[in-house]
Amino acid sequence: MITLDVAVVGAGPAGLAAATLCAERGLSTSLYDEQGSPGGQVYRGIASSPLRRPEILGEDYWRGATLLRPFANSGTRYVPGASVWSVTRREDGTFSLGMSIGPPGARSAITVAARAVILATGAQERPFPVPGWTRPGVMSVGGAQILLKTAGTVPQGRTVIAGCGPLVWLLAWQYRRAGVAVDALLDTTPKGRLREAARHLPDFLRSPYFSKGLALTRAVRRELRVIEHVESLAIEGDAVTQAACAVRYRLPGGVSVVLDADHVLLHQGVVPDIALASAAGAALAWNPLQACFHPVVDAWGGSSLPGLYVAGDGGGIAGALAAEARGRLTALAVANALGRIDARQRDRDARPLQHALSVALRGRRFLDTLYRPADAFRLPEGDTLACRCEEVTAATVRGLAREGCAGPNQMKAYSRCGMGPCQGRFCGLTVTELIAREQRRDPADVGHYRLRWPVKPLALAELAALPVSEEARRAVDR
Amino acid sequence: MFVRLPDLAGEFIEFFVDGQPCTARAGDTVAAALLAAGHLACRNTPVSGAPRGPYCLMGMCFECLATVDGRPNQQGCMIAVASGMRVETQRGARAVVVDPDAGA
Repeated sequence: MITLDVAVVGAGPAGLAAATLCAERGLSTSLYDEQGSPGGQVYRGIASSPLRRPEILGEDYWRGATLLRPFANSGTRYVPGASVWSVTRREDGTFSLGMSIGPPGARSAITVAARAVILATGAQERPFPVPGWTRPGVMSVGGAQILLKTAGTVPQGRTVIAGCGPLVWLLAWQYRRAGVAVDALLDTTPKGRLREAARHLPDFLRSPYFSKGLALTRAVRRELRVIEHVESLAIEGDAVTQAACAVRYRLPGGVSVVLDADHVLLHQGVVPDIALASAAGAALAWNPLQACFHPVVDAWGGSSLPGLYVAGDGGGIAGALAAEARGRLTALAVANALGRIDARQRDRDARPLQHALSVALRGRRFLDTLYRPADAFRLPEGDTLACRCEEVTAATVRGLAREGCAGPNQMKAYSRCGMGPCQGRFCGLTVTELIAREQRRDPADVGHYRLRWPVKPLALAELAALPVSEEARRAVDR
Repeated sequence: MFVRLPDLAGEFIEFFVDGQPCTARAGDTVAAALLAAGHLACRNTPVSGAPRGPYCLMGMCFECLATVDGRPNQQGCMIAVASGMRVETQRGARAVVVDPDAGA
């Protein structure tokens, strides 16, 4: 089997930038991405969006297109539609990647060998466990934005956007540009949070996001009904279809309001997609401000496993501009580690990138502090589903935690929480934080579900068709 | 319900949802096509039978599972819709396929 120099996973800003630079430095580079066209989620559909009016999405989105031509000309082998389900470090220090490729009905599993791996798997939306969040008609804000970008498809009827974070305001703004009616924006940013974040304001004033963010939120406030400091949310459903029909929310002082809604779009920030890094064995750390786990990475994106790198939001949330810079910095580190450039050249080439990164990171603490989701929306109670797949309630998780359940892995065995098809992606953080709260422990100490390959669905027939290595044959020889 | 914005690029094709002909834009995912065809829900859960529909649209939540051309448990948001494709909403857990040639 041919061993590549570099395998990159993910075609968002970090993956595109990293692969481009690796290939330009003469490293044999392949990029594997789940989607059919490049862009990741932030630039999703950048090469294939059906929207004929680019102004709907805004200029920050179209910036993504600047990454495409250098990538196409770089010599990277681009493999779309590839779902990577395992990354394993072998005894000789190289890596084996297991993945499924090909159209549905003709998918096959393959393994690829590489000297270095750059995971650029990006972010996913944080779970938003409120009563009724599983009802038809309820969708994540990110999901609704993907529908807009890739299919020009939008909600019609009574539509409510609820939550906090930059994406909430961006989607509201994009919907207004597209002529989509939004009945209300329920802002769950807690009262007093702006004051708390204000000490990081001087830094944020110098951020490229400041003036854009301010103009965008002002425009949305002018045109939309914005209801601030929402303290609790519940989505009520139609008695027959069970689909969303109303949002019940509470304001400070105990005022409870019911708003009719056919579509409820939920969002409270994004968190790193840690599945592959964690299953590969990279060490994780807890970020108390962002309330999420991320792989431990150095300034170059190097993980705790030599040769395994994490670039972009998958290594910690910092946004698209930072992801692009981090992708290039990681590429330089890989080029150095594989002997293409010496440390002096790496450091020289890194300087402008480090500057770009520091500019992109300015004011991040302001945003992280302002938009840290309130406890009420991270720590559900009662019948609210913590685990959507196995339909395990918050009360069950809390009860088992009080009875002494040792941690997230034992929670699986006791309740099936986290054992459904999403493999804990939409309950992992909730379960960690609920156990921590009930047992008065630090989430860092509670830890995350142990993740194992395959991290994406893999048919037995695909697995069985893989060639058997000598090593594997010996392992089962008696 | 979900609707398509006017003035979109692309051709329109026909596919089937539970045997009924529906229109999709070539390039849409199965999940987007189902939503635009008026199906907010695409399955009932194996645990309680509750209806569910697409939630994250990026392959993470597995809520948009449907039967596509006879293959159950397919992630609708990760598959491009095709002309003549037969999509079935899924009731509860998938059945075990016993045909040895059924493949993935």
